[in-house]
Amino acid sequence: MAATWNDVSEGMSIPELKKNCSTQQLVQWAAGSGDFYQIHYDKDFAMSTGLPGLIVHGALKNAFLGQLVHDWVGNNGRIKAYGCSYRGMDYPTEEIICKGVVKRKYEENGEKLADLEVWTENPKGQKTTPGTATVRFN
Amino acid sequence: MTQAQATPLITDEMRAEIGKESQPWTCEVDKTAIRMFARSVGHTDPIYYDEAAAKAAGYRGIPCPPGYLGTPVFHPATSDSTFGGRRGAGPGPQPSRPLTRVLNGGTEMELLEDICAGDVLTASSHLAELEERTGSIGQMLISTNKTVYKNQHGKVVAISTGTGIRY
Repeated sequence: MAATWNDVSEGMSIPELKKNCSTQQLVQWAAGSGDFYQIHYDKDFAMSTGLPGLIVHGALKNAFLGQLVHDWVGNNGRIKAYGCSYRGMDYPTEEIICKGVVKRKYEENGEKLADLEVWTENPKGQKTTPGTATVRFN
Repeated sequence: MTQAQATPLITDEMRAEIGKESQPWTCEVDKTAIRMFARSVGHTDPIYYDEAAAKAAGYRGIPCPPGYLGTPVFHPATSDSTFGGRRGAGPGPQPSRPLTRVLNGGTEMELLEDICAGDVLTASSHLAELEERTGSIGQMLISTNKTVYKNQHGKVVAISTGTGIRY
């Protein structure tokens, strides 16, 4: 069930979203986003640039965090702003766990708002993509 | 420390670029492209696939999933073959010494209005900020670009801020 304004409290965790990209998903993302940089699907190319292998697109992780927040609020609100920093690489066939915590619940200019801290975590528990989001509830 | 005495990377010519607005470009928001984007992320909400579900949820049409702001119209003569966006007009003023490596630092988006299939956005960008820092990878040049998206009614619907790191 999507969260409503009354469900929101500061400090609450939102439901996790687990991802684990196949190389097929990276190719789908290349087509879906229009980013055909070869480090995401051509292993020889990726290694020739000094990478250990294929890496997950940063913008895909950004989109995962968008899905995390959307799946939480559903159509009881809208994502007003969100973003993240790319601090660490993630790799195909490794778990990427998207998480979020409500940091602030407030009303401003007649809008019901919640600020969240969101991030992706790799299998070592490192936050590879820390970010924030603001949701406006209906 | 030699690093403290390093020559600044940012030149006056580079600073003069801050705030200069690019030529606008067009981003089409299409049902099929939205579905392909949503599918590639793994979205399960039917609003990103089914027009009736989107309308029932209060949207004018199939909405853009977070992270999608339309597809720049591709033209082989002017678009970048790898990234699909318009090819730059040239490298522009360069730092005081060549920097060969590039990292995508991050992305922030402000979503001010619903953007739905059928909308046509006009985007333009400018260099908002230049900064240099010394970190674990040495001397870094951090540039922040802001892109403003207007819809077919001239209304600003989204602002995206991208951070690029060169070192």
